[in-house]
Amino acid sequence: MSKQEFKILGTRPIRPDGLDKVTGKAMFGADKSATGMLHARILRSPHAHAEIISIDTSKAKALPGVKAVITGADFDDVENRWTRYTMQNCMAQGRALYDGHAIAAVAATSKKIAGAALKLIEVEYKILPHVTDVDEAMQPGAPLLHEGVKARKLGDDVSGNTVGYYSFGHGDVDAGFAKADEVIERRFKTAATHQGYIEPQACLADLGADGRGALWCTTQGHYMVRETCAEILGIDASQLRVTASEIGGGFGGKTTVFIEPVALKLSQKSGRPVKLVMSREEVFRATGPTMSASMDVKIGMGKDGKITAGHARLRYQGGAFPYNMVMMGAMSAFACYDLENVQSEGWDVMTNRPKMISYRAPGAPMAVYGVESVIDELCQKLGLDPIEVRLLNAAKEGTKSSYGPRFKAIGLVEALKAAKAHPHYSAPLPANTGRGVACGFWFNFGGQVSVSMAINTDGTVNLIEGNPDIGGSRASISMMAAEALGIPFERIRTIVGDTASVGFSDVTDGSRVTFAVGIATINAAKAAIRELCKRAAMIWEIDEDAVEWVDGTARPTGHNAGDFPPMSLAEIAATSGKTGGPIAGHHEGAPDKAGVSFGVHLVDLEVDPETGFTSIKRYTAFQDVGKAIHPAYVEGQIQGGAVQGIGWALNEEYIYGADGRLQNPGFLDYRIPVASDLPMIDAVIIEVPNPGHPYGVRGCGETAIVPPLAAVANGVAQAVGVRLFELPMSPPKILKAL
Amino acid sequence: MRYVVAKDSREVVDLLMEDKANLLLAGGTDVLVRMRLDERYPDRIIDIKKIPGVAEITEESGGFRIGAAVSGAQMGEHSQLKALWPGVVEAVELIGSTQVQGRATMAGNLCNGSPAADSVPAMLAAQAVARVEGPEGVSDQPVLALLDAPGQTKLGKAEFITSIFLPARPNLAGDAYLRFIPRTEMDIAVASAGVSLVLDEAGIVIEASVALGAVAPTAVMVSGAAQALIGTRLEAAPLQACAAACAAACSPIDDKRGTIEFRTKVAGVMACRAAITAYQRAGGQP
Ligand SMILES: Cc1cc2nc3c(=O)[nH]c(=O)nc-3n(C[C@H](O)[C@H](O)[C@H](O)COP(=O)(O)OP(=O)(O)OC[C@H]3O[C@@H](n4cnc5c(N)ncnc54)[C@H](O)[C@@H]3O)c2cc1C
Repeated sequence: MSKQEFKILGTRPIRPDGLDKVTGKAMFGADKSATGMLHARILRSPHAHAEIISIDTSKAKALPGVKAVITGADFDDVENRWTRYTMQNCMAQGRALYDGHAIAAVAATSKKIAGAALKLIEVEYKILPHVTDVDEAMQPGAPLLHEGVKARKLGDDVSGNTVGYYSFGHGDVDAGFAKADEVIERRFKTAATHQGYIEPQACLADLGADGRGALWCTTQGHYMVRETCAEILGIDASQLRVTASEIGGGFGGKTTVFIEPVALKLSQKSGRPVKLVMSREEVFRATGPTMSASMDVKIGMGKDGKITAGHARLRYQGGAFPYNMVMMGAMSAFACYDLENVQSEGWDVMTNRPKMISYRAPGAPMAVYGVESVIDELCQKLGLDPIEVRLLNAAKEGTKSSYGPRFKAIGLVEALKAAKAHPHYSAPLPANTGRGVACGFWFNFGGQVSVSMAINTDGTVNLIEGNPDIGGSRASISMMAAEALGIPFERIRTIVGDTASVGFSDVTDGSRVTFAVGIATINAAKAAIRELCKRAAMIWEIDEDAVEWVDGTARPTGHNAGDFPPMSLAEIAATSGKTGGPIAGHHEGAPDKAGVSFGVHLVDLEVDPETGFTSIKRYTAFQDVGKAIHPAYVEGQIQGGAVQGIGWALNEEYIYGADGRLQNPGFLDYRIPVASDLPMIDAVIIEVPNPGHPYGVRGCGETAIVPPLAAVANGVAQAVGVRLFELPMSPPKILKAL
Repeated sequence: MRYVVAKDSREVVDLLMEDKANLLLAGGTDVLVRMRLDERYPDRIIDIKKIPGVAEITEESGGFRIGAAVSGAQMGEHSQLKALWPGVVEAVELIGSTQVQGRATMAGNLCNGSPAADSVPAMLAAQAVARVEGPEGVSDQPVLALLDAPGQTKLGKAEFITSIFLPARPNLAGDAYLRFIPRTEMDIAVASAGVSLVLDEAGIVIEASVALGAVAPTAVMVSGAAQALIGTRLEAAPLQACAAACAAACSPIDDKRGTIEFRTKVAGVMACRAAITAYQRAGGQP
């Protein structure tokens, strides 16, 4: 695909949501209130695993100010088993499956009364054995989370907690290892990490006895919320109008529901609007972090650096319900390389921990951490340059990927070359400092999308789309609309419509929005342009197909060329009332040609040999994004991903005690990096256009969290001369290893 | 819950004598956070910030008296105080963020009773003295004598601190405070050390005090570590002895913030590094 020339794409207009956000006007999940509103609170299990013998809510109900109390018994069973898991995660039925699992909920006239009521609920538990470690949970005889959900292909050597098994690859790995000059096999462990969004889950629910309702919530997908809640509550989707608030971060963590069905049920029972806001502690204990992992990675390499075979075995722990995310890890593990012999296997395992949910490139960072660490160790052992080795093995257009399909045009080689040529790679390294290199990959998705565009009579444009804006998509969508229509960016206002205003849209995930909504926007613009041309033809009294759209104007073409001066969008729109009524365009579809994206990260870090403290000195991230619509937002995505990956590598972890209780449910002891922990992350944008998008867009939001785990681990290994095989590499662990 | 602004220290003592669940409020950066987290509210909050003189730093016999309501930011902006006791000021300035600094007090940090409180080892090393007012009247007590256990001090019934005094010191003197945290800010000390030194003209340490934080139920003075430094120019051997004495003085807990092994090792590292900084501030060249 040849490079296109653009007028608006690639510029950096001021973000349309900026002023409201910095002045506090923007409405987030907890900002909405209603007349007569009640406040809800949730009682949570203090046990990692327990049978709920009885729940006595009578004293709580009798407390003045309490308007409704619910437990798992208030929810009827649902047919779809995945929806049932979601429901039982929102409110336990029969058993508490993890520390923090919801047991009952109260709606009262104040938050304080609701809190007092929680203390009056008497729950009798029978404590059951629990398991929080993935390897232990896979052992036959481990405490079982659910009966009858074990993956069918598996034998007696693994427990019934093992709910998924996947295998990808091609060639003959044993033959490949036999050909290698050096083979290294390592076992790795990574901790569960949380997305760390600053805004806790929050909602305002209003559901009448007639089954009509409205729900305001912070989410990455309000259609998903609508459908899940409608199913759980047994109401029609059309009757539940869900509005997505501004979102204070999601990173995958807001792609399911945790509290909305509870708030709706309380509202239904009390007949009043109900507001439910999670505390930070609840966010840690009861929303989904990502999986923790235990992995074996084996790679063979020739003296020349050619990888002869790779084999990864990934065991992921995803909490208290069946899930299927290890597949993504198994598919991504070796995706960066063009390999003759490769196999990756993955096991999904349940434990007594909160149900996992997506976290930026879900499943990929840990798998790639294992693979990129072993490659680095092989490079060290064979005395090879880590970028040269990666260039030698890099996947390119036409490569049969380790997970099956052949790659179209991709930009890994370009990113590696840019890294090699960058001054960072040749800068001198002071003492106690190491330089880490790692690659990363993410699929990116397309998915279902709806866009509706209205041309106003003053020449401005309103655009409604159905995907919550979690990374600046309203700006990018307006820019693509402006580019397609040929009008200034400022004339367009894009909003995220509620579920009653625009057609279905999949959840904002998989780095899909700029890609998929972008395609729908371009098509909606084309539809509007067709209508604009038709109106111009009508005014000029010439044939419709004798009009073309150039630079935001209708022009007569063919034998009519030059007969009339061009008419702008504004001019045509001004008289639309007389030429057939309002002009609009819309598009619904499910684009599926999202281009995969690769990144290469370089990090210089210093390790204090007396304390094990790692400080990041310099960080440069190279990423192929296809086409950067709004480069500042793209850089922000790359920087944000890198920072989250650095936190994962160095300090973030869910810490469980022997009692199965989470010991660090707060930002003090769950350590995400603070600004002073980091240098400016230098983001280098590489643009190898995605042939599946008219402007070449690939998703760019997730790839950047994939390389940092290994990049930092490789840097630490170089700085201190000892390699750690467990994340996080917190100071006590590094000091112990020295 | 009632909120009372005390007019003078007598009123504070009188209110504290009444049989109620009282809580003193200085900057509130511990009090408010705890109330919200635990959802346990006292009967009465007594704000001490409006007591005359309590929000001031005053020079006294060559040292400085720091009122109990003086914020960290006020201390950081006081150039003479900073010149005399840079280690104490740097310890106080490590507390929280810019926002917290505008409110947090050194007395509150002490009275909150955290073993990891940042200003406490620095105050111990500085031999700071608290002025305590109570039913029996006013008394001056070394900060060390007030340390008791996690979450509590040795202040008696209806006693409270009105100010903390940092004494005068000779020319060739310096102090320093260092803490270890897994991040660079907004964290709690895993191990920390305050060191104060006085040198002679030849650069030899003639007086030393070393205190550690976060490695025992309260901050501790480590006289062995101080002894190891006296009579030296902080050569490698005395520093090693100082670190060893620190390790011996540690009785930390093993928890999510750090292992016993880690805290014990790092306490010595912090002490030696703080000693070197204090030595340089005293005009010495190690
Ligand atoms: C975001 C954040 C970060 C923080 N970071 C740190 C840190 O890095 N290091 C650190 O050590 N601490 C830290 N803290 C804790 C806190 O800020 C300090 O302990 C601070 O010094 C407390 O002072 P204050 O004036 O706010 O105390 P307050 O909250 O007003 O009081 C603290 C306690 O002391 C009692 N008290 C207050 N004044 C007196 C008095 N004059 N006499 C007797 N009792 C009294 C109060 O009743 C209360 O029990 C942090 C707190 C927050 C919120």
